[in-house]
Amino acid sequence: MGDLSEFPFRYKLFLKAYPWRRIDPVPWTALKKPLKHSRAAVVSSAGFVQPGQEPFDESIRGGDFSFREISSDTDVSTLMDTHRSDLYDHSGLRRDPNLAFPLDRLRERVKSGRIGSLNQRHLSLMGSITAPGRLVKKTAPVAVRKLVEDGVDIALLVPV
Amino acid sequence: MAAELERQGISTVAIQLLRKVTEKVRPPRALVVPFRHGYPLGVPDDTEHQQAVIEAALRMLEDPSLQPPAIVDYEPETEE
Repeated sequence: MGDLSEFPFRYKLFLKAYPWRRIDPVPWTALKKPLKHSRAAVVSSAGFVQPGQEPFDESIRGGDFSFREISSDTDVSTLMDTHRSDLYDHSGLRRDPNLAFPLDRLRERVKSGRIGSLNQRHLSLMGSITAPGRLVKKTAPVAVRKLVEDGVDIALLVPV
Repeated sequence: MAAELERQGISTVAIQLLRKVTEKVRPPRALVVPFRHGYPLGVPDDTEHQQAVIEAALRMLEDPSLQPPAIVDYEPETEE
């Protein structure tokens, strides 16, 4: 289960006390066209990089707030997990990165006609960012702007 | 990220693993799944299982009755 009970005691305390950044007001974009005509992008915070890219930097205090562009023709099996957290089991997503970066699954959906197309690039970020201010103010507007310029209609967000 | 995407005109649906945290943070559309951390789409190498989760997420995007913040618990469909 996705439950606090799976974490060590010290981390459970941290999660309970952590001042989660509440989204208020909650912005909302209704689907503008049928899914079969929509362009989709994946946004994952599993810390994946594609071959040749710099790994995420675990030494940055508060969390690495940079992002990587993952190209749509990437072989999902070559994505590298650079999230070094020992708080969750990495074996599943290392064996099958689709678990947190489901490009193959979305390709199947495009093929079946359920969604219109896959964007040419997708976003990979680092999760477990304890100081998200820089991510929210600096990274997110720039990264999202790229998807807007690409004509992306829908985004599937996947954490770990 | 979800909030910024929605502000810039992209509809989002976020897989979420912790309901209590989801209720506090309030992403616009959240599909809460009953899986362990590290397994957001459930089972590695199981296309059908992963697609079932993705289908539930896509249906949230299509559902005109949802209001922000929309939180839905993922319930695997039973075999007919």
